[in-house]
Amino acid sequence: MDKLTAEEIYYTMALGRKFEYAAKEHYMTGEISGFLHLDIGQEALSVAAMKAFDHGDVFTTYREHIMAIARGIEPKAVMAELFGKKTGVSEGRGGSMHLFDPSHFFYGGDAIVGGHLPNAVGCAYARKFQESEHGVMAVFGDGATNGGAFFESLNIASAWKLPILFLCENNRYAIGTEITRVAPFLEQAKKAEPYMPTMEVDGNDAVAVYEAIKEAQAYIQKGHGPLFIEAFTYRWEGHSMSDPGSYRSPEEIEIWKRRDPIERMKTVLKERYGVSDAQIEALDQKAQTAVDEAVAFASESPEPEVSELFEHLFVEEVTHG
Amino acid sequence: MAEMLYREALNRAIDECMAADPNVVMLGEDVGLYGGSYRVSEGLVSKYGEKRLIDTPIAELSIVGNAIGMAIGGLRPIAEIMTANFSLLAFDQIINHMAKYRYMSAGKLTLPMVVRFPQGVSKQLAAQHSESYEQMLSAVPGIRVFAAGDPNYAYHALKKAILMDDPVVFIEHELLYNKKGEVDLDAEVDPFKARIVKEGEDLTIVSYLKMVDDVMAAVPEIEKQTGKSCEVIDLQSLNPFDTGTLKASIEKTGRLVVVEEDHKMGGYGAQVVSWAAESLFYALDAAPLRIAGENVPIPYNRKLELASIPTPDKIAAKIIEWGANNGL
Repeated sequence: MDKLTAEEIYYTMALGRKFEYAAKEHYMTGEISGFLHLDIGQEALSVAAMKAFDHGDVFTTYREHIMAIARGIEPKAVMAELFGKKTGVSEGRGGSMHLFDPSHFFYGGDAIVGGHLPNAVGCAYARKFQESEHGVMAVFGDGATNGGAFFESLNIASAWKLPILFLCENNRYAIGTEITRVAPFLEQAKKAEPYMPTMEVDGNDAVAVYEAIKEAQAYIQKGHGPLFIEAFTYRWEGHSMSDPGSYRSPEEIEIWKRRDPIERMKTVLKERYGVSDAQIEALDQKAQTAVDEAVAFASESPEPEVSELFEHLFVEEVTHG
Repeated sequence: MAEMLYREALNRAIDECMAADPNVVMLGEDVGLYGGSYRVSEGLVSKYGEKRLIDTPIAELSIVGNAIGMAIGGLRPIAEIMTANFSLLAFDQIINHMAKYRYMSAGKLTLPMVVRFPQGVSKQLAAQHSESYEQMLSAVPGIRVFAAGDPNYAYHALKKAILMDDPVVFIEHELLYNKKGEVDLDAEVDPFKARIVKEGEDLTIVSYLKMVDDVMAAVPEIEKQTGKSCEVIDLQSLNPFDTGTLKASIEKTGRLVVVEEDHKMGGYGAQVVSWAAESLFYALDAAPLRIAGENVPIPYNRKLELASIPTPDKIAAKIIEWGANNGL
């Protein structure tokens, strides 16, 4: 990883965390509603994976604000979507869980656990069909690995040697259920082993995630078929804003907070790339400004009009009948 | 004009679309080397190869889910569900993904895809291979639902469905695959329009899929017994449905009968009757009649099977009785 990339990743992680805290604050005031799933504590994985996977399509879940931003979608358009505004990336139709932007090869934003995996596999089929350089990255949590869609997807991707990277974000909890209570082991990559090569990575180490995803991207581009990466991480907040989080001990949360991915990346910047404290401070400040501007933009933006209710439902209007 | 079987009309539509556009692919269980359970894709794999006629595992969720991803990726997939009951495993993909991605993304995603959907009571296939799901599919905003009752519509509407940029569920009835009919290859057919199968003056009978044939088989007896003439309409497009054609007919006849094979409780015909009651109440001279399948799983035994769905005899008897009580 070059210095510029390292700084960019750090900046986006810092922006992501500030963005999430701002979202939390504006959820408390009622400006953001519905379900809000925060990604605090998982920034290394969300940012480094998106930055590394630069030749392909991404399908992900409802905990995707930071991924969307890391993918290149403007923080303003993401925050405005959380606010339900017309200027949001989904024009207020989707909200927090449904951010899509094909111009950044970012296909959401799916809130049916595991339900997007067959879509990612189909897109990988299209890329292979088109002999494209693009592969596909499907991001999902440990909770998705227990459902049928997951196993069907592993099977098909493997049978057809599709260019797809399965990235399992193992944060140990499917809402309030610890993964080992509903699966026979902690490491979900074991489920993929009969089908494809698997790798494990520390999801809180942005450099390690970046390098693993780069390697995986090159692998799937060469036509070897699919690959599975499991990244271990931890969300500091509840599953969503409505989760009191009583299933995890304060000690456990504290252990993971000591593995703060942002502090770790800060250390990397200083020690490996010789970035000064003042330069880091400037990046933090720039991130704060971007978040403040996003909030102001979202707050000032208009809501969609009721007259637009049916817009975007179909491409082809039916005028008779 | 060309005479062909319903399944040949479907095959021809797919063939022509595949020849015209290399992005059209078809996927499903046994659609490739085997040629399709109902021979709809027969011969296509030798023309277009296994890359475009994709034999899938028996995994319906993935058949539709993969098709969605293919459409996002720039292809125009036709997903075949072997029989409607199996589609229930794919309903998450149909309802949560296929129907919603365009709207939830404010039009950023488009899904030019078709899910082909053979359904209905065939012959003694029992409860897990005989059902009809147009009522559930039509209740989902974001998809078009077509139901092909004859080869001409099958050919034109399937072509249009493949060419359209919106997701379409294309319902076929399993007993129609060997139905022969004239296909006007050069005609302009609007797939959203209903078809007046037979003109009449005194009562409007609305149906779709195979029940149109059963209604037509019942009409001579009804007309003989009542001395009145029936107008028979094949809806063809179930969502949206062609209210214009229905309105004109009901305003002319003043009477409405809806005949459907699916279970009566929550069945599709309830939507047509409800619309007519709301919109055309004062045009109706009598309460509408619904003739539908019984609220029972479809049994294996032939006698019981036929007792569970409308047949020409039952359609005729019910309409004649209803007519006698309603001043027909």
